[in-house]
Amino acid sequence: MEVPRRMSGKSVKDGSGTGKSVGLFVTCLVNTMRPRVGFATLKLLEEAGFEVTVPAGQTCCGQPNYNAGDREAAKDFARRFAREFSQFDHVVAPSGSCAAMIRVHHPRLFDADDPDKELVDAVAARTHELTSFLTDVAGVRTTGTATSETLTYHDSCSGLRELKVKQQPRTLLRAAGAEITEMEDAEVCCGFGGLFCVKYPDISGEMVRKKSDEVVKSGAGAVVTGDVGCLLNIEGALARRNDPVRAYHVAEVLAGMTDDKPRNEDDA
Amino acid sequence: MHVTSDKFSDNARAAIADPQLQTGLFVFGKIFPLLREATVGKLPEFDALRDAAKDIKVHTLNNLGTYLEAFEARVEEAGGRVHWARTAEEANTIVEKLCAEAEARNIIKSKSMVTEELELNDHLIGKGYNVVETDLGEYIIQLRKEKPFHIVGPALHLTAGQVSETFYEAHKPLGRTEKVEDKVKLVEEARIVLRERFKQADVGITGANFLVAETGQVAIITNEGNADLTATLPKRHIVVTGIEKIVPTLDDLSVFLRILPRSATGQETSNYVSLYSGPRRARDADGPAQFDIVLVDNGRTDMLGTPVEEMLRCIRCGACLNACPVFTTVGGQSYGSVYSGPMGSVWTPALASVSSAAKLPNASSFCGKCEEVCPVRIPLPSMMRHWREKEFEAHLTPAGQRWGLGIWAWLGRHPSLYRTATNLAGIGLRLMAHTRNGRRMVTKLPFIGSGWTQSRDLAAPPEPSFLSQYREGRRR
Ligand code: SF4
Repeated sequence: MEVPRRMSGKSVKDGSGTGKSVGLFVTCLVNTMRPRVGFATLKLLEEAGFEVTVPAGQTCCGQPNYNAGDREAAKDFARRFAREFSQFDHVVAPSGSCAAMIRVHHPRLFDADDPDKELVDAVAARTHELTSFLTDVAGVRTTGTATSETLTYHDSCSGLRELKVKQQPRTLLRAAGAEITEMEDAEVCCGFGGLFCVKYPDISGEMVRKKSDEVVKSGAGAVVTGDVGCLLNIEGALARRNDPVRAYHVAEVLAGMTDDKPRNEDDA
Repeated sequence: MHVTSDKFSDNARAAIADPQLQTGLFVFGKIFPLLREATVGKLPEFDALRDAAKDIKVHTLNNLGTYLEAFEARVEEAGGRVHWARTAEEANTIVEKLCAEAEARNIIKSKSMVTEELELNDHLIGKGYNVVETDLGEYIIQLRKEKPFHIVGPALHLTAGQVSETFYEAHKPLGRTEKVEDKVKLVEEARIVLRERFKQADVGITGANFLVAETGQVAIITNEGNADLTATLPKRHIVVTGIEKIVPTLDDLSVFLRILPRSATGQETSNYVSLYSGPRRARDADGPAQFDIVLVDNGRTDMLGTPVEEMLRCIRCGACLNACPVFTTVGGQSYGSVYSGPMGSVWTPALASVSSAAKLPNASSFCGKCEEVCPVRIPLPSMMRHWREKEFEAHLTPAGQRWGLGIWAWLGRHPSLYRTATNLAGIGLRLMAHTRNGRRMVTKLPFIGSGWTQSRDLAAPPEPSFLSQYREGRRR
């Protein structure tokens, strides 16, 4: 395939992080399962003063294939991703897991002599998880709205361990006026793990049962997380046990979009 | 290595349904990590020691032959012998020959996971020897004919009541008719019974935590002290150990002595750290007359130069097991292998075969906690991912999954179809949803999704996909 000229090595940004253009990667689960998180992210980035573009050709970061051992397909996703997002000063995703896939794992997929290596590395270096981008890169101290509910924060594994996202979402939530009550084992995996949850439903189910126990024990009105995968998992377990505790993505809370009313009801 | 890992899912299900086992797992999942954190917290240089340990291992593995040969030379100078075993069969045959040479009948053992890997006990028992494990945990599971539950605490999943039953049945023929329930009394009973074994033993077999090339010494780190009895009482001491246990110098050893107990049991140091330097010398009061070391390869050199080479740094501390939310949910025996948890999910395919252990590298949510605690910084998730790649290449990945991944990759190459497909998926979910507590939830999904709805609902997407709404002009 031919690489458009603007995407060739030379025009790649140096990753100094000074520019204002942001390519928003909405991630598959946000796109399909929780579109509101995408709009919340858009709002937060624009309010922070960035020119946000959502590249139309984006699909997936390739994580499902990568973690299932399908390395070639993962490489293909990575290559496409880098081309799609090459022209922005920053790339932001409302997901620690997808951001880590791009930042940490995409570069590992390419050998040093691969013609796409330079581009992939450069885009990877400019890619960030939303809350760490807002705080660490953009220097945002406060955002608008939070919620009056007491929140408990679940640390999603990839963001936490691969990108060191821990204090950033808490800082933003507190600055927005939210009260956070920490649950026990906030850093323990909720059992989602991508395909893991359907490959080993018994184990995954038991893990999310333990997690939802801790959420309920914390006494919070809602559990907040930075990944829609974990969110759907914990939310689904809470719903199954008929628990009223809600589950939100941190972007939804920060953007004041925690109501469940669809914006664009279709008749499906 | 004989494994039953293909039964992992069923075993896991049974383990989850076993409340008693779940209580035992609590010790691993909660208490050990807390103890580890506490002792690690008291040692500011812990992370620096981990880096040092990793560097030592990397260097040693790059010069493995040199250090092993240096070790062999020192052992021989001290009057011991070194035997090289390429396979499990070779190792078992060597040990059997050594036992025959010693005209042994009774063999005692301590502190060796590698002999579990080789299934040495079965081999020796098959040849007519009496083999008795002397580590309390190993002894209990030997009586119960179980596989070890954990590389550090092989029987920690059992309750005092279960041990009491086991002892009562096993010790009745020895004339012990009283059923003991109290934990301290149980330990006492084991001690009394094992004392006779120690006295009768002709050969003592131990493993090794480390081999020191510089001095030709074998380091064994324990809490019970029986390893020392096993090594010193019988007339012959046989050390059976993997070749990756070698470290260059005593200084290097000291680094590992500081990180191992902290990582394993949260102790600052273990009760016993012993260095064995060959057979008894003329002026020694005790010790074995013969000292043999069996260096086991059994698949390890095949790992050199491959993406799982880093696994050879493993010091069998078990920290990754205690930290793993999968291990602490299903327990070690579910893995159908001597080595369980994250480390086992990498070791087992390497030592047995990728196909026989295909389920294990997949039994991880890739949460990364194992890598976070590993004292020698083994990137365990990457190692597991490597085996998944091997499975994918060999078409061992389940057909449905391969098919799904293929479609997904194809959609990735066709963004407009990707948008259509994700929209359709959303519509499908909305059609399947019904209202629960005021929210639209799917409670039963077909196909691969049925695993999801087995234990949780799925909130149906309330609106068309982000990309299609964005395309139609929505911005807020
Ligand atoms: S992999 Fe690391 S944490 Fe696990 S047993 Fe080996 S050394 Fe310990």
